[in-house]
Amino acid sequence: MTANLVEIVSILAAALAVSFGAIGPALAEGRAVAAAMDAIARQPEAAGTLSRTLFVGLAMIETMAIYTLVIALLLLFANPFA
Amino acid sequence: MDNPLTLEPLFHLGPVPITAPVLVTWAILALLGLGSWHATRHLSLTPGRLQTVLELFVTAVDTQLRDTLQRDPARFRALIGTIFLFLLVANWSSLVPGVEPPTARLETDAALALIVFAATLWHGISAQGLKGYLATFAEPSWVMIPLNVIEQITRTFSLIVRLFGNVMSGVFVIGILLSLAGLLVPIPLMALDLLTGAVQAYIFAVLATVFIGAAIGDQPPAASTQETRP
Repeated sequence: MTANLVEIVSILAAALAVSFGAIGPALAEGRAVAAAMDAIARQPEAAGTLSRTLFVGLAMIETMAIYTLVIALLLLFANPFA
Repeated sequence: MDNPLTLEPLFHLGPVPITAPVLVTWAILALLGLGSWHATRHLSLTPGRLQTVLELFVTAVDTQLRDTLQRDPARFRALIGTIFLFLLVANWSSLVPGVEPPTARLETDAALALIVFAATLWHGISAQGLKGYLATFAEPSWVMIPLNVIEQITRTFSLIVRLFGNVMSGVFVIGILLSLAGLLVPIPLMALDLLTGAVQAYIFAVLATVFIGAAIGDQPPAASTQETRP
């Protein structure tokens, strides 16, 4: 096992980036879905429009988590300091 | 695990290295080009099955463009429609065994986002003139000029990373699951990838429309389009 300090820190940083980066989008997606459920319960006839908008919004929110994933992959596979 | 950020060339065409995503992109271009050419040879007033699907698609793109831009969609239909159709086919090309979607590589997404960037500049300048387009950077006041310039760059960059990250992460997760669990287990995730691919293609097209709409400014729309709207 010969891993130098930069590699150890990179792996730790990648894990930290994904774990903490997932918290915010997870909370946001929960709120968005809850709001959409509320709206559909009040107005079932608008369910089609609401769910379409919901999917697009969820994809937008999810992008924030994807950004951290890209950062993690950069650290693991294309680390400029390793 | 393969590195998702770098590529090995398959073969060389003269001095130019050709990689697998380039080949897949060529195949998709040939498929879409020949398909469109074949489908539009025999258009008739009583549409058959294929023509009905095409008309449905064009009408949907037109409606979307008219709702977003508040003007005649004819000038933007070709660009936005082609981007959406190409992304949809490219994201779903992972259904063919052995094919990795070209959008799972950074270079394809960068090329598409640069096309959108260039189209934004071109439409902005042709709609408002060079001076008028540059003046929009100084709105609401000249203090905002650096921020507006940075925004142009960062939103193009986020367009690249959004598409790349979503498609690549799908491919990556399926690869990991295949190595851990084996056959048939990744199928639900592949179904989720189909949804993600369609939504990302839609989002890319909508964002391109919004960027172009912001560049051409909100001049009063043509009288006919305003009257038909409730």
